Parts: sequence; structure tokens; C-alpha cells
Amino acid sequence: MSDGFKVLYYVNQFFGQIGGEDKAGMKPEFHSEKIGPALGFEQLLKGEGKVIGTIICGDNYFNENKEESLEYILNLVKQEAPDVFVAGPAFNAGRYGVACAEISRAVAEQLNIPVVTGMYIENPGLDTCKQVAYVVSTSDNAGGMRKALPAMANLTYKLGKGMEIGSPEEEGYIARGMRKTIIVEKRGSLRAVEMLIKRLKGEEFETEMPMPVFDVVQPAPAIKDLSKATIALCTSGGIVPAGNPDRIQSASAQKWGKYDVSGRDALNAPDFYTTHGGYDPVYANEIPDRVAPLDILKELQKEGYIGNVYELFYTTTGTGTSVSNAVKFGTEIGKELKEAGVDGVILTST
Amino acid sequence: MVKEIERYGIPIVHMATITTISESVGANRIVPTVAIPHPVGNPSLKSEDEKIMRKAMVKRAVDALATEISEVTHFE
Repeated sequence: MSDGFKVLYYVNQFFGQIGGEDKAGMKPEFHSEKIGPALGFEQLLKGEGKVIGTIICGDNYFNENKEESLEYILNLVKQEAPDVFVAGPAFNAGRYGVACAEISRAVAEQLNIPVVTGMYIENPGLDTCKQVAYVVSTSDNAGGMRKALPAMANLTYKLGKGMEIGSPEEEGYIARGMRKTIIVEKRGSLRAVEMLIKRLKGEEFETEMPMPVFDVVQPAPAIKDLSKATIALCTSGGIVPAGNPDRIQSASAQKWGKYDVSGRDALNAPDFYTTHGGYDPVYANEIPDRVAPLDILKELQKEGYIGNVYELFYTTTGTGTSVSNAVKFGTEIGKELKEAGVDGVILTST
Repeated sequence: MVKEIERYGIPIVHMATITTISESVGANRIVPTVAIPHPVGNPSLKSEDEKIMRKAMVKRAVDALATEISEVTHFE
């Protein structure tokens, strides 16, 4: 196999079998063996490619020390000089997805090495890398690993062998927003008329040029006088009253909660804690204000810096929560805040 | 959530550590924070110092709400 193409693999601390959240702060490391998904990956390369090593980095470490991590990883990739770089799949994991995306983009743009990764369509990392990497469309959780890896390996194989890559539909990757010239049988005018007729008949038709969807909300006007303003506190960090009375899910939240904090000076333990999965809860459970700083807002109110802290505190968990649920929560919470005459909102995320 | 709340015309500031996610979810006012498990805290500081730091960050967020902006703005 010595003549085969070389693949270098990137995973986080979890898929790198180092550990869970307690290891999310680990610095990037290089291992010359195949670890986690990299192990089975080589077998999918039809005996023509070799995984030469695995880079493992903690999700928190990468996101909190991005430049340093990227520099270290890029140097490693340069040294190992793979023919194809593979990261993930990250499914719908936010921090892991952002790490895969940043690394993928850097490797593709700065080192000119083709990159394959995998993500769920709502992963926040997707937009960072989809134009320069092949991002296989995966399910939202690791249950989709067995489906994701063959598609990623197939792309890796083709890139490693210098073969032509087919369309996103054929190969299972997310459209890169590029246009390619292809030869088709029917000329444009004929295709357009056919599409129009289908549309007039109310039949299904497929556009040849999907329009990008932009949904930008303009910044709301600033508060004129803070000393008269009511500020509401909101978090996606899962801070809830002890016992989690509304049973807000620790991941993939289906609901949000609101709690009267008008009589409190802080969200202190043990009255409050976090129910959020996916990050180390020790610091938040010790002092919940580290996630949702009610203590400071109340101080600012006492000092007259702000007029009032809104009596209700809004909370949910952000991890794995679908975009559609997040939109729903935001719409519901925003409506209440608007009706209550709240002037501004602080939303914290973990 | 940030985007939908702002859609009602209420200014909102997102305090988060991974600011690339803040931008991708459509936050306009962003205050970068300390770390994922403790965005507005720092357990390695003495408790008085941690509180001073948190106050400075929250004040920055409140000030951001009182600042007119026309595009995505990081308040660092």
C-alpha cells in the first residue's frame, strides 16, 4: 500500500477516545495511529489510501484558542503532507462543527489540500467551510456515523485518486454554491418552457438555479436612556431553579422556562443550577451568575445605571436544539418581552 | 432566539464565547465572553476580582444596548 494516497484525520477529544467534557480543554495532539472514526475509514478506501495519523483537539480548547490551535494544526498538516485532509463528521455538534469548519477552511485555503468533512445541515460551522471543503450531509447525531463515513470515504478516494467529483446530489455532499458548466441534451429555452408548463399545471418542478435565502434582521434602535430602561435577562445556558420544575431538556430543548427573579439579588446556588448537557457544569453550578449574570444587573439597577431588571428570567438549553425550535422560542419569548415593554435584552450562551 | 427577539424591534446583545456562532445565528450586538462553561465568570480569579470582571463585561453589554449600530458589531 506504500504507493497509496495519504489521508490525515481530525477528531475532537470525544471521538479521539480521550474523554468527554472533562477533556474538552485538551490541546491539539498528533497521533501516528488511526483513532476513532479514522480506524474504520482506511478500510473504506479500497486499499488505495492510507490514514497516516489522527489529530485530536478538545472542542473548548480549539474554540477558546483558535489562532494558536490553527497554527499548530496547520504546521502538523504541512509536515505530514497528506493528499487529502478529513475532519469529523461533526453531526450537529456546535463547537466540534466550528472546529472542523475552521480547520477545513484553513487547510483548503492556505495549504491547498482537498478537504472532506461531514455535518448536519444546521451545524453552525457549515457556512464557514462549505465553499472550500466537501461537507457530507449527515444526520444530527452520531447514530448517522455508519452512513456518513462511506460517503466521506468515497469523496476522499476520488480526491486522493484525482478523479472528478460528481454533483452534490450524486455524491451526498452539501452544495458548495458553485456553478459548473455541464453538457445537457435540451437547450435552455426548451427547458425553461417545460418548467413553465409544469408550473402552470401545478406540477412539481425543479429549478436549475435555487435562490439563496437571506434572512437578516436589522439591528434594533439603541436604548436612549439606560437609567430609565428595563433590561431582561435570557440564557441558552440551561440555568434553572433547583429541581428543574419545568423539566427543560438538557439537550435538544423542546421548551423554555421563565422564572420570577424580582425578589432576588443573584441566581445563586443551591437555588439555581444548570441542566445543560454538553459542557462541564462545575463552574455554573458553583455560581450560576457565571452563566446568567443577574447579580450584576441587580447591582447596576441599585446604582441607577439601568432603570429596572425585568421581573422574569428566560432560559433554555442551546445544545443540539434545532433551528426551528430556537426560532419558535425566540418568537414566543420576544412577544412576551415586547408586550411587557422591555427595552433591551441580554442573552448569554455557553 | 437572538434574531427572533430583535425582530420585535427590541435591541438584544449576545454574550457568547464562540462569536462565529453568534454571527451565524444573526446577532448584531455581540460581547465576546470568557469560556464556554463560564461565559461571564472566571474561576481562576479571586472571587472579588471575578466579580469586577463580570461587572465590566455586563456593563459593556448594557452599553452595547445603548449604542446605535448599522451592522454586526463586536463590543470588546
